[in-house]
Amino acid sequence: MAKTQLSNLRRQEMIDGYLFIAPWLIGFVLWVAGPMIASIILAFMEWDLFSPPKWVGIQNFEQLFTTRLVGISLWNTAYYTFISVPLSLMVALGSAMLLTMQIRFQSLFRTFFYLPSVMPAVASAVLWFWVFNPEVGLANQLLRMLGLPESQWIWAPETAKPSFILMSLWGVGNTMVIFLAGLQGIPRSLYDAAEIDGANWWHSFRAVTLPMLSPVILFNLVLGIIGSFQVFTSAYLLTNGGPQHATLFVVLYLYRLGFEQFRMGFASALAWLLFLIILVFTLLQLRLSDAWVYYEGGET
Amino acid sequence: MAIPTSKSGSNVLTGPVARRHVRARRPLRRYLVRTVQYVVMVVLSAIFMIPLIWMISSSLKTQGQVFAYPPVWIPDPIQWSNYAEALRRAPLLRWLMNTATITAFAITGNVLTSSMVAFGFARLRFPGRGPLFILLLSTMMLPDVVTLIPRFILFRWLGWLDTFLPLIVPPFFGGGPFNIFLVRQFYLTIPRDFDEAARIDGASNWQIWWLILAPLTKPVLIAIGIFSFVHHWNDFLLPLIYLFSERNKTLALGLRAFINPSDASWHISMAASMFLVVPILVLFFFGQRYFIRGVVMTGIQGR
Repeated sequence: MAKTQLSNLRRQEMIDGYLFIAPWLIGFVLWVAGPMIASIILAFMEWDLFSPPKWVGIQNFEQLFTTRLVGISLWNTAYYTFISVPLSLMVALGSAMLLTMQIRFQSLFRTFFYLPSVMPAVASAVLWFWVFNPEVGLANQLLRMLGLPESQWIWAPETAKPSFILMSLWGVGNTMVIFLAGLQGIPRSLYDAAEIDGANWWHSFRAVTLPMLSPVILFNLVLGIIGSFQVFTSAYLLTNGGPQHATLFVVLYLYRLGFEQFRMGFASALAWLLFLIILVFTLLQLRLSDAWVYYEGGET
Repeated sequence: MAIPTSKSGSNVLTGPVARRHVRARRPLRRYLVRTVQYVVMVVLSAIFMIPLIWMISSSLKTQGQVFAYPPVWIPDPIQWSNYAEALRRAPLLRWLMNTATITAFAITGNVLTSSMVAFGFARLRFPGRGPLFILLLSTMMLPDVVTLIPRFILFRWLGWLDTFLPLIVPPFFGGGPFNIFLVRQFYLTIPRDFDEAARIDGASNWQIWWLILAPLTKPVLIAIGIFSFVHHWNDFLLPLIYLFSERNKTLALGLRAFINPSDASWHISMAASMFLVVPILVLFFFGQRYFIRGVVMTGIQGR
């Protein structure tokens, strides 16, 4: 009798287990697995949502390699990502280190550094749209005051991407806070030991701060790259991909293909290409991280 | 303010060892270092804050002052009527209501279901739990854009386009893999004795979750709530593809109309943007502790 009671309990726990995770399980099928399968099938079709879909084989994938704008959007995205992510990490780490110094009004400074990162992307877009105005915008007014040459900012193909990178640096607050927490987790004794060994500031930074912080750096790097590969809102609102396609990033191009030109098949193929690129970069970083990320306790 | 400070509150540059060292030998140098520190902090703070301050101040300027050179920082007169003018130009209050409605539903869904699913994974045994959890973790890596187009087609087929449903229903199905992961990590730190004792007293798993464990995870649930507030309040891409009629727009979507190079009324654009910004700023100042703690939790526990 005790045995059946136990197995009843077990069965109840099992049923409850599935019920508790049911929301996620159903959601997974509905919004992730199902759409992914649909997306693969769509990538082999031509469909404008209105006329019946047509099977075209690998034509969409061939077009990925022959369409000029695909190459341009990939290049723009890579340029943006590979400059803005490392720069953001450096600015965030630098700010975090400044903010761990014992200094009066420290928490006020922290608030100032962090605040821009909670700004809604659309509000930031409205703001920077006017800041970057070549004639009367704040950016050029400041340059003029400092006696520096003015810039066309988002309005010239050469300066458009750097302007977007500058904007992205404005929002490093989140990354900075994660670094701050990481810095505070480093035991003081390590710095004291380095000090006794005669290390100067740079030595302790290289021998203590960087290795101890490396898991946090990896985390910020992986998330930063995934996020930055998907830049959309600012480009859509500020330049709509221009001037001369200089800010046509992949997701913006994908949006245009899908929701302006209704080329659902080609857009799906591009989505898969982007997914593969992100996947390869993520796995590559995790693989390479073995060489430079230090885990306390030796777990790798 | 409750931004975390280090246990010792110091580092190599200003720590006890360094300070003793420097103070004893070179008081002048120490004074210089201090001054440089403050100057750097003030300059950097200015760089971070100037755009935001400029936005707030411009929203209260006359058109003439917006274009003044050198820039005017304190508007004179303070022109509150810009806000009335912004309201006259677009149905901002309606959009604000839409955004608030969507955000409220999304927060409820995210918090409720991520806590529930996390309980299942952390506390209950069932066949396939391990592999399913790995599947959940692997979806954290999946960029949203991959499923953007098929999801749009699904919602179109369901007849949900131009309604709030595509924006408020999905959060009720799991509340996001990252949130589930966070709450589960939190559950794992709570001793099992808590639920064992309740189980012996005859409590069901649902009672154990709702009455005992969920209240203990309040800090992480508040953090998830704040983050889903920010996420859904600020979201642009999803409302852009799902909502088109003027009356159903969210505030973020509607503000697009205020970015127009041929229109010189910057002060009105800035005033309109403030409708989106002010709630976030208010939330930030009241919930700063949870904001920072949330970022830290996602950053540190996530590694």
